[in-house]
Amino acid sequence: MISDGVVEDEEKWLSAGIAGLQQNAFYMHRALDSNNLKDALKYSAQMLSELRTSRLSPHKYYELYMRAFDELRKLEIFFKEETGRGCSIVELYELVQHAGNILPRLYLLCTVGSVYIKSKEAPAKDVLKDLVEMCRGIQHPLRGLFLRSYLSQVSRDKLPDIGSEYEGDADTVMDAVEFVLQNFTEMNKLWVRMQHQGPAREKDKRGKERGELRDLVGKNLHVLSQIEGVDLEMYKEIVLPRVLEQVVNCKDELAQYYLMDCIIQVFPDEYHLQTLETLLNACPQLQASVDVETVLSRLMERLSNYAASGSEVLPEFFQVEAFAKLNNAIGKVIEAQENMPIAGVVTLYASLLKFTLQVHPDRLDYIDQILGACVKKLSGREKLDESKATKQIVALLSAPLEKYKDIDTALNLSNYPRIMECLNDGTHKEMANVIVQNIMKNKTCISTAEKVDALFELIKGLIRDLDGDTHDELDEDFIEEQNSVARLIQMLHSDDPEEMLKVIQTVRKHILTGGRKRHPYTVPPLIFSSLKLVRRLERQDESVSGDEVSTTPKKIFQLVTQTIEALTSIPVPELALGLYLQCAEAANDCDLEPVAYEFFTQAYILYEEEITDSKTQVTSIHLIIGTLQRMHVFGVENRDALTHKATGYSAKLLKKPDQCRAVYACSHLFWLDDHDSIRDGERVLLCLKRSLRIANAVQQMANATRGSSGSALLFIEILNKYLYFYEKGVSQITVESIQDLIKLIRNEMQGDASPSDPAADAFLASTLLYIQFQKDKGGAVGDKYMLITD
Amino acid sequence: MVLVLALGDLHIPHRAPDLPAKFKSMLVPGKIQHVICTGNLCIKEVHEYLKTVCPDLHITRGEYDEDSRYPDTKTLTIGQFKLGVCHGHQVIPWGDLDSLAMLQRQLDVDILVTGHTHQFTAYKHEAGVVINPGSATGAFSSVTYDVNPSFVLMDIDGLRVVVYVYELIDGEVKVDKIDFKKTTTPTNLPH
Repeated sequence: MISDGVVEDEEKWLSAGIAGLQQNAFYMHRALDSNNLKDALKYSAQMLSELRTSRLSPHKYYELYMRAFDELRKLEIFFKEETGRGCSIVELYELVQHAGNILPRLYLLCTVGSVYIKSKEAPAKDVLKDLVEMCRGIQHPLRGLFLRSYLSQVSRDKLPDIGSEYEGDADTVMDAVEFVLQNFTEMNKLWVRMQHQGPAREKDKRGKERGELRDLVGKNLHVLSQIEGVDLEMYKEIVLPRVLEQVVNCKDELAQYYLMDCIIQVFPDEYHLQTLETLLNACPQLQASVDVETVLSRLMERLSNYAASGSEVLPEFFQVEAFAKLNNAIGKVIEAQENMPIAGVVTLYASLLKFTLQVHPDRLDYIDQILGACVKKLSGREKLDESKATKQIVALLSAPLEKYKDIDTALNLSNYPRIMECLNDGTHKEMANVIVQNIMKNKTCISTAEKVDALFELIKGLIRDLDGDTHDELDEDFIEEQNSVARLIQMLHSDDPEEMLKVIQTVRKHILTGGRKRHPYTVPPLIFSSLKLVRRLERQDESVSGDEVSTTPKKIFQLVTQTIEALTSIPVPELALGLYLQCAEAANDCDLEPVAYEFFTQAYILYEEEITDSKTQVTSIHLIIGTLQRMHVFGVENRDALTHKATGYSAKLLKKPDQCRAVYACSHLFWLDDHDSIRDGERVLLCLKRSLRIANAVQQMANATRGSSGSALLFIEILNKYLYFYEKGVSQITVESIQDLIKLIRNEMQGDASPSDPAADAFLASTLLYIQFQKDKGGAVGDKYMLITD
Repeated sequence: MVLVLALGDLHIPHRAPDLPAKFKSMLVPGKIQHVICTGNLCIKEVHEYLKTVCPDLHITRGEYDEDSRYPDTKTLTIGQFKLGVCHGHQVIPWGDLDSLAMLQRQLDVDILVTGHTHQFTAYKHEAGVVINPGSATGAFSSVTYDVNPSFVLMDIDGLRVVVYVYELIDGEVKVDKIDFKKTTTPTNLPH
């Protein structure tokens, strides 16, 4: 394990270095305590010699450096005290230069230099200039970088900045800037050179090590940004051009990428805005391998955030024509770098789009222009498949939605659908989902057929199978998607009935292309939208004269019929049956007897031909009876036909108890409180008697199969129905029949063969209690119930 | 004191996109001890949502529910009260109080909660209360015109239950309250 060996060795070397350093530091402290300058210099130089090692990686070297740095602080204090005790600083400055080795000598010189500037015995600029020049003596990249970093560190608070105590007649801020720029340039050179030293096979390792050192170089830019005297003017004229010159000329990928980003991050937003052209012009000059798109994206991100900070900064953006410049620069970069990955291209446009949304929210033409440029790059290629690019496309297309919170705006962008065309099926769907979610979240109401058409075209990935995507599985994602389409249909609404009908027709056109696996999800919401419209028209009929309206319930019912038919080819008969019954009731409310009859017929056909599951049959028969009971539009003949059938179905259910219950429910079809013409006591009684017979049959079957009678529950249910109609005044339901029934139930429940049945006991008890309550009520009802004795 | 949420007939996504935002902000987790849902949710997402409001969830099956495992009727006891739940499309004529009272006798419950009509009702009679919480989304109904979104909260405390009805009318939530006290069941049944 070679690498392990290296790491181990490094640890050893580091320990040895630290030990040497600590030992010399110990002697240095002793010298400092006894004010022995000569020994102090001797041991400090020996201590600093440890930094001459070439064996450590940057990371370990830094550890050693930090220890030396701490010791040098103590030495600096000592030097300061020495000058207080009468030692001349100029002499000290000379004295430390006697150190034998150059590296310790320069560290000591920088330390004394710091005290020298503080003493103000010489202009700061002279000392700084001297130091920065002297440091050229170290050309080993790692040692040089740390030495210069030390110089930068000790001089930071002593720059002749505006307002600083070191600013004087001779010292100007120019000198401070010059010093930092020079140190920066030298450090960058050392840093770049590092890449080219050593064996080629360790290139990657060196790249990594350089990465660890980058902040030493970048620190200089940070110092520049902190200098008060660097105003916009100076930044524009001197600082930025000089920094960029170094960046461009170093021709090093790593340095260029890092330093460009550093410039963007450390200097203020308004400086960037005012020097946008200079900054952008540098981009095409960078090495081709530099990730310019990220650099530019970060710049635009910063500027977007600045624009978002307040509307008062926006005029600045307009004044410098930021959009045009950025747009232009991006165009150039993309043109220049033919091999730029598509993800990079999209990233750039997405950033520009976000910037534009922030700075020019009113300029939809700009937005469309960006999308158009993007389309140009995307079209003619294979559909996008790469995940990074896909992510960026989704970001690009989502940005306008998030900004305007309104799909209308996106629908107005001519290039928006064109980008959607370039997406692969998966991304197209994802984006369509984003659009639908956006509509739901913002509760956007889409109110014209034209917009609905555009929207459904836009999200067609959800509406129908796109090419090559015809898998038949109904996975969870698919169901979720279709449910969100169903929700979307609820969001389409126009107050104008005519337009609403057009909307419905448009939706229908689109969803019918969805195929059988989508219809169960998309047809029901459309039917209910249609029925809502019918109800609206139903009310209008009274106010608007019928001749002029082209949108009539009849027309909608035709449309609805044709739409539900789409479901009949799919095995979801109970769904279609429910919808037909809903429509029948709506037709009933519109007084359209033939239409209502037709809907019932369709429901019956489904019941007879398609619904075979016994449990579904029970639910369906309840819906049929429940709906039919509410219908008032039918004439005698039609009503008879339908009730006859319904009773027939009821008596043919598989399980006897279900039969019994459905048949007694049918009794309600013949007696309507609010309908004088539907009061057929004979047939009510017939139904109840028939259900009694079935209940008896249930008991006999129980006796035959289990040897004991079954539950009396059904009888008690029927008793309650008897009471119901007795109370309603159905003359065919007599007191005697009720009393007989109660007797029968008691017999059933007390017989030896009958098992104990708490549910039936409780039901009977509460029924008898009900009779008692009714008796206690008095009045006509009370009188009626008083007749029941048992 | 126990808080019971009763709601139903959401018909998501067939007839309504979602619960009203105002309701959602009221139904925060941790405040409600039981949820009763009469059915027609209709999809799994809604079931999951209700679970987040309160994990103690009692659902009966409406005719449009995709989950066929919900029972037709359900009874549960909360404190001194016996509650029954049923969607109600099985009780004909729909929404008819006398017929619902019969179901109440059959289930032998003090409080019967049903749905289907999308019309909020709370009806007190000698042997208990019949409640219909309406449609929580204000979904279209063939039975009821102009449906407002509504749900019911029951505050059960000893022998007393206070029924709060929340109704969303023109974007504002209106609250109504109905008080019900349970009398101890007479032991001398008529014979």
